[in-house]
Amino acid sequence: MIVGFLNLTWGTFADGLALGGVYALMAVGIGLVFGVLRLVNFAYGQLVMAGGFALAFGAQWNLPLGVSILFCFAVVFALSMVMDRLVFRPLRTHSPAVMLVATFAVAFLLQSVAQLAFGAYGKSAGSLALLQQPWDIGGVPIRKIAVISVVTAAGCLVLLQLLLNRTSVGLHMRAAAMDFETARLLGVRANRVIAGAVVISGLLAAVAAVMLSVRYIQVTSTFALQDTIVVLAGVVLGGLNRPVPATLGGFAIGFASGILGGTLPTNQSQYLPAFLFAAVIVVLLVRPNGLFTRSGGIVERV
Amino acid sequence: MSILRRLPELLGPAALVLGTALLGLEISSSLQTYFLDTLVKVSIVVALYLFIGNSGVLSFGHISFVALGAWTAGVLTTARSAKPAIMPGLAHFLLVTNVGNVASLALAAAVGLVAAFIVGLPLMRLSGLAAGIATFGVLAITNNVLTYEQSLGPGLNSFASVPQTTGMWQAAIGAVICIAVAFAYGRSRFGRMLRATREDRAAAAAAGISVYRQRLLAFALSGGLAGFAGGLYVHLLPLQVNGLYLNLTFITLAMLVVGGSASLLGAVVGALAVNGLFSFLSAAVNTVDLLGWRLTVPAGTPEIVVGVLMALVLVLRPSGLTGGRELSLPRRRAPRPTATEPAAP
Repeated sequence: MIVGFLNLTWGTFADGLALGGVYALMAVGIGLVFGVLRLVNFAYGQLVMAGGFALAFGAQWNLPLGVSILFCFAVVFALSMVMDRLVFRPLRTHSPAVMLVATFAVAFLLQSVAQLAFGAYGKSAGSLALLQQPWDIGGVPIRKIAVISVVTAAGCLVLLQLLLNRTSVGLHMRAAAMDFETARLLGVRANRVIAGAVVISGLLAAVAAVMLSVRYIQVTSTFALQDTIVVLAGVVLGGLNRPVPATLGGFAIGFASGILGGTLPTNQSQYLPAFLFAAVIVVLLVRPNGLFTRSGGIVERV
Repeated sequence: MSILRRLPELLGPAALVLGTALLGLEISSSLQTYFLDTLVKVSIVVALYLFIGNSGVLSFGHISFVALGAWTAGVLTTARSAKPAIMPGLAHFLLVTNVGNVASLALAAAVGLVAAFIVGLPLMRLSGLAAGIATFGVLAITNNVLTYEQSLGPGLNSFASVPQTTGMWQAAIGAVICIAVAFAYGRSRFGRMLRATREDRAAAAAAGISVYRQRLLAFALSGGLAGFAGGLYVHLLPLQVNGLYLNLTFITLAMLVVGGSASLLGAVVGALAVNGLFSFLSAAVNTVDLLGWRLTVPAGTPEIVVGVLMALVLVLRPSGLTGGRELSLPRRRAPRPTATEPAAP
């Protein structure tokens, strides 16, 4: 039905789904931290970058694939905890603008460290490159990474949904996202909820790092930077306040850029970011609370 | 009398800029570029301050007006003979038009002002995070279009043969002009109205202030200053499109916040302090002579030290180095018992 429009093949369609899945994970990662901290983490891309470098080192040291992925998770986990302790936690009570600029500073710092340590050309994370090859599904060649991304993203989102809706930590997080102060008064421990959100968002960044390292094999200091910018736009597009709209926004923008990037000729697809951001601006003007949120605008009085 | 008392708010920052320029003229010529660069950064940060400081709304889009100003001034002052090599796809009108130095700066300011006004028409209805992301979108769109649109400028090439007219005096006078405009705006009734909306939006609106109009005015004005600063910048260095994107946005916003975004003095101090330190360390990468003591630091140190310091200032002193205060004359206070003083029996 959709295929045939825009000379779209099933392969491109699957790539779009895959990119949408990865962006959805990053969107949840950004949205969760925003929910509890009211903080848009611009340094999220640098977490993904750190994961990419961990994978590249895994490849360089000839670690087995599983160990290399574990190493990636460990690095991203450690880095997100350090970020939380040193920057987010001390700044928790400050204005959103200060926190936003603080995450800028962290992003700038990590990017410079990466550039200094690994040079402008970065390192190659080739151990998963064979996933670029296609599987033959019903006579249609579909890249393995596309299938794996979609399945992984769906799995992570289901797990997350269970965590948020079926455990007490999840309940605390949702309560904190709705109204942090009231949640604290009712006995939700602030530091635990924040640590929980930061850990989950870090793990999602690690998953995204693994997926994106297949997409862009060369890991440089700007690895995942452009993706993070697009995801941020998607998160706002969907609605930053709630996990589900944020996820949908991330997915939608990833899917759209995957499909359009795959089908448009270069002289048009080079303007893709401009079109995506123009769409984001239009949506923000029409529905400032996001596309996928139900409630109308609430004027915050305090 | 009240004007006299307000004067230090203008003279303090202006004196800092002129002092920097004089220091730059005294120092060895190899280091002059750093001083020039710092003065241009002062102009950009003051442009940011005019909108962000007075309105309290974060904008990530101002560097796109800097870029548009740089494009305007750069394209219109590159020698006619050099244009085809650097800008092969340039539109005919831009190919045949050339203007002088001052005119190019004025046009850069005009383009920045008009662009900011047009962008602001829809965007100033937003506030908070939505405004932040939307202005970020403007930055991304501008960067994308300037990168690929060969008819407007050099695309990914750099502005290699723009006359380098931004010497110490042009940079200093440019920065002082920006400071004077920001001061005048801040003292005007429009500046006061906008600051009222920053302090309490609902109360200001209830007092009859149109938040939208005041923000739009400030946005357009600060876009004009940003365009002007872009013109100064392109006359200083052979700029390239990616030099006018994320990193410049990050560092200029950081300068504003580190200095203290709620005051003009903060904007100037932040730009001087952060860029001064950055420049000093950059010079130290190729060995700097510090009072007879030779200092060399490994490449990459400037970025890391400045990044750490930015984070530190934000954590330890989130209202910035100046705490958002202006320079003022000491006031005579009426003697008044305070809670800490023991009351007379």
